[in-house]
Amino acid sequence: MSAKAQATTAFRDWEHFPHDADLGVRGFGATPARAFEQTAYALMGAITDATRIKPCETVEIRCEAPTLDVLLVDWLNALVYEMAERRMVFGAFQVEIESGRLRGLARGERISRERHAPAVEVKGATFTELAVREDQPGRWRAQCVIDV
Amino acid sequence: MDISRLEKISDVEWRIAPSGEMRAPGVIYATESLIAEMDDKVLEQVVNVAKLPGIVRASYAMPDAHWGYGFPIGGVAAFDPKAGGVVSAGGVGFDVSCGVRTHLTGLARGQILAVQEELADALYEYVPTGLGAEGEICLDDIDMTAMLTGGAAWALERGFGRKEDLERIEECGRAVDADPSAVSEFARKRQRREMGTLGSGNHYLEVQEVSEIFDPAAAAGFGLELGECVVTIHCGSRGLGHQIGTEYLREMAVSAEGLGITLPDRELACAPINSELGQRYLGAMRAAINCALANREIIGHLARQVFARFFAHAELPLMYDVSHNTCKVERHEVDGEARDLYIHRKGATRALGPGHANLPEALRAFGQPVLIGGSMGTGSYVLAGTNASEARAFSSACHGAGRRMSRHAATRRWGGRQLVDELRARGIIVKSPSMRGVAEEAPGAYKDVRAVVDSAENSGLARKVAFLKPLICVKG
Repeated sequence: MSAKAQATTAFRDWEHFPHDADLGVRGFGATPARAFEQTAYALMGAITDATRIKPCETVEIRCEAPTLDVLLVDWLNALVYEMAERRMVFGAFQVEIESGRLRGLARGERISRERHAPAVEVKGATFTELAVREDQPGRWRAQCVIDV
Repeated sequence: MDISRLEKISDVEWRIAPSGEMRAPGVIYATESLIAEMDDKVLEQVVNVAKLPGIVRASYAMPDAHWGYGFPIGGVAAFDPKAGGVVSAGGVGFDVSCGVRTHLTGLARGQILAVQEELADALYEYVPTGLGAEGEICLDDIDMTAMLTGGAAWALERGFGRKEDLERIEECGRAVDADPSAVSEFARKRQRREMGTLGSGNHYLEVQEVSEIFDPAAAAGFGLELGECVVTIHCGSRGLGHQIGTEYLREMAVSAEGLGITLPDRELACAPINSELGQRYLGAMRAAINCALANREIIGHLARQVFARFFAHAELPLMYDVSHNTCKVERHEVDGEARDLYIHRKGATRALGPGHANLPEALRAFGQPVLIGGSMGTGSYVLAGTNASEARAFSSACHGAGRRMSRHAATRRWGGRQLVDELRARGIIVKSPSMRGVAEEAPGAYKDVRAVVDSAENSGLARKVAFLKPLICVKG
């Protein structure tokens, strides 16, 4: 994982967008990888205040998909799985994407009901409002609706 | 939703004529004002479902319909395998077999109020609630396979629940033809420590008072007495169902083209019923149904244990347990011919009419109990299936109030702490790990549940039996 990747995850460039029953998550970045990182922050933002999460433990995630948008769904679903299986929440992310393959790092800690006060449990990332596209040169967006 | 795009059949029934690639009409059961509150996406989704191969009669939306993913939430559609029909992971959803069960307590409101605070605390502490909560049970692979095959009957064998519960659960507590081998290792791992957990979001455990009775005979038949209290539990198949939904939705979306299916929306991911993928999904989905049935049986058992500490003689018999995210094979009459159809109900409840052979004898005369969860501030309804419901929407009805405002908008409008205080002042104790979660589930974020059930009754989907007012709400 490059130093450059680590340096670009510190600021917030994500948002939520409304969906009747669920919630949309959207991240922006100079590359798809940066946008994927920001979408992961948006996913965590649906659950808790990610700035309260201590980066005690690192989990490596690898996925592969035929298209970038399916890769986004896979990345978010991999995070949902790791959170559920490890009983963790994540507060820092790094992503590299090469030829349809993603390697990501998620840093976080074991969930605490008292400290993290999780608002929802994300069931999965969906194909609804799914988009990974370059809105303007050097400005990528990555978004989808998550089922909560 | 722009109502001018719909043809009015009656005050509570609206039709979308087939056009373009639609293979059947769309039908929405709701009043004009409920339809006005629905997002235009609901109409788009009803139309898209009508484009799927093998759809029979119509693509239906219940009165509580709202924008889902693929299918609308509150969507019902039947598919015939003999006509190239499909099974859709998007038509069932991520929380496979999410549902509601109601236990009778036989306790008067005053008895609950005497211990309301302590009972709320005990339920909140004893029933694992919210993200990351773990149950007492940890399943190894052999147990997991037994659970995925046995459903509520498995829970019973493990010492949770009572034998008489089973006939009060759809399919007697066990989906047959479940295929645990179609459930991935990921799904199994995700579920290992989640048996007997409530989850979060709109899931809850409530103690409710029967505060209004509309159909005295059916209410008496169901065991509902005015002024007495019940315990209602809303939850589903937990991590296992979510993982199965995630995996099969992706596989179906990616494989559709190869299977000769053009998807109007990738979220409508589906596979022919008579295909390897379709059959594998059905096997996995039925295993997830068993997981949900076992999970609710265990939580019902935990509620019984808590009540036993306060009321030595409260046995909490199960009134009924219904699921509202399923695909089931049912025999229905279509144009005078009995056909075995795959009925998808996504946020919709089965509602069998009186006399149906699949109902337990004690309930048969009244029709199937249909449990409608409202918001924590308004209350819930018990309805009963009608004989007209089969012709209306393959014996289906609504499942809840349905959201009228996104979670996002709700958190901007209300504060969780303020809501908890307001509800307490109205005699409702809310327990939740997250005040933001409470705000997202604010009563005002939901449609008027009375308008929804009135629409269901007036359109013949189900009839009102009783209204339940919350006294304690444990939110996930």
